[in-house]
Amino acid sequence: MNKLKNLNKFTFTNIQSYGIVLLAFIIIFPLQKAGLLGNQISGLLVPTCTYVVMAISLSLTVGFLGELSLGHAGFMSVGAFSGVVCAACLQNSIASDPLRLLIAIIVGGFFAGVAGLVIGIPVIRLRGDYLAIVTLAFGEIIKNIMNCLYVGFDKNGIHFSMTSAEALGLIDAKPILNGPNGAQAITKISTFTSGIILIVVALFIVLNLVNSKTGRAVTAIRDNRIAAESVGIGVTKYKLTAFIISAVIAGMAGALYAMNFSTIKPTKFDFNTSILILVFVVLGGMKNIPGVMIATIVLYAMPELLRGFASYRMLIYAIVLILVMLATNSSGAKQFFEKISSKIKKDENADVQNGGVSNG
Amino acid sequence: MTFLSNLINGISLGSVYAIIALGYTMVYGIAKMLNFAHGDVIMVGAYISFCATTYLNLPPIVSVVLAMIVCTVLGVLIEGLAYKPLRKATSLAVLITAIGVSYFLQNVALLIWGSNPKTFSSMIHLGSVSLFDNKLIITAESIVTVLACIVIMIALTVFTKKSKMGKAMRAVSEDKDAAELMGINVNVTISVTFAIGSALAAIAGVLLCSAYPVLQPTTGSMPGIKAFTAAVFGGIGSIPGAMLGGILLGIIEIFSKSYISTQLADAIVFAVLIIVLLVKPTGILGKKITEKV
Repeated sequence: MNKLKNLNKFTFTNIQSYGIVLLAFIIIFPLQKAGLLGNQISGLLVPTCTYVVMAISLSLTVGFLGELSLGHAGFMSVGAFSGVVCAACLQNSIASDPLRLLIAIIVGGFFAGVAGLVIGIPVIRLRGDYLAIVTLAFGEIIKNIMNCLYVGFDKNGIHFSMTSAEALGLIDAKPILNGPNGAQAITKISTFTSGIILIVVALFIVLNLVNSKTGRAVTAIRDNRIAAESVGIGVTKYKLTAFIISAVIAGMAGALYAMNFSTIKPTKFDFNTSILILVFVVLGGMKNIPGVMIATIVLYAMPELLRGFASYRMLIYAIVLILVMLATNSSGAKQFFEKISSKIKKDENADVQNGGVSNG
Repeated sequence: MTFLSNLINGISLGSVYAIIALGYTMVYGIAKMLNFAHGDVIMVGAYISFCATTYLNLPPIVSVVLAMIVCTVLGVLIEGLAYKPLRKATSLAVLITAIGVSYFLQNVALLIWGSNPKTFSSMIHLGSVSLFDNKLIITAESIVTVLACIVIMIALTVFTKKSKMGKAMRAVSEDKDAAELMGINVNVTISVTFAIGSALAAIAGVLLCSAYPVLQPTTGSMPGIKAFTAAVFGGIGSIPGAMLGGILLGIIEIFSKSYISTQLADAIVFAVLIIVLLVKPTGILGKKITEKV
């Protein structure tokens, strides 16, 4: 009975999550094809998809793994720039845009995954505040490295440099990544459809992972690490798996994001971007994937559309963030909610009489 | 000679980090939380003293005192409104709240003072010292910063060792519940810790902006994070550790700026943090903490 109930809950979350994506696609796609969307809204479609994917990815780390990652934009950055380089290198050899985008996204995800592994090995050993501050440090390190990374491509192959664009020694070609100026002259190949497909892929990965053996192990570790360890769950292995998967998804989102703009700078993926995604995840309900998706769409797209509101946007985010944390975590608020829920339960029990309603 | 002048610059920058780190380390030691908004209190302190000297024409000393008072009130308010209700919550919840407070302060500053950087005129009107036929120039800011750091550290050490409140602080950081049973008011003790930390942040803000005169709403966040690095480096919860960690970090930063790469200096500082946390998570002077099951 209990098993069935759990199953239903998972299926329900799945239906909700995929339903939101499908609904968004059905509404927006015909409008876009018919040219009914203004320039502003069309320009927001891919970034919104990207941030939804980023939020799903961070939800895996913060909600399910229970560790605060403050450097998620770093993985996005790695994915974005490796994706851009890959797409630029394949410009002449692969003519089909969607195929090139697909390869770029996979490459972006791969490199972000490698970064996730390199960062994850030391980070996973730490806990709580220390883990958060180290992910922050790694995010800043990635930004700094990207800021002085020069990559170019010519008939002799790919050239790398950490000093200047001239040091690349390019023949008849411009650098793809130009240090602090970032990637310039990117061919825009991201489309709304590709964004929706990426969201579905991310959802598929995360929802299946959460409901799998690995997902249950990760949840057990989050709830009580010592208890999980004592029943033989390898903490490092499962945490690292979840962390890397989260990084891969973030990298794929980064590649998609970068390919939507003609230029993109390394400073775009800074601490503020990490925090922005964190705000979406926290306000959406951490491990509540449909909630996180809705929060991202509302919080990202709305302020962009209401321009006058822009200067107050981060201030309101900050206030809402504090209030949500206080309402859900403070002891006073907890007692208040418990009182209400016990009252409701009493009423329900009185109705059912058999006491068939367990604590839900 | 460049080596010596770099060393002095490093010690001076490190002293600012040390003063900020003292705030972090005391709060972390007693309330067991990472006060992410500490860096932004620095920024508020710098803005207050900037406004006091520029718009009200107050003398530097008065403006510093004013900044300290405002920051103390701000620190206590933040603690009371945002952190106190979360005393028993998970560290994730507290940390997210602290990030929210940090963003709140930055954005309020953005609305009040605008995003354009203000040029902070130095609060220290003394001549610089030249040595070795003007080959080595030590600015007055450096000297005052280092002296302020030493005075603050000695005062804090004496305060925590001798005064009643200082003893209460040490007791609370040792064991909150036992301290409460001994009749120590834990809430007041934590509030006082925040007050001291925030007052120090105001001093740090003025000293930081006197040496690096660009003031904008994000001024405090990076030094804040670096100072936390310094606190961890020296051993979180330890006052001499914060000073040692701060000065070492300042030297590392200035040296990597001048000898390795300006752009990668921050990356090197953060790499130090990561290495310290992996090799010796308790820091140089930190106590070993065993986890109870």
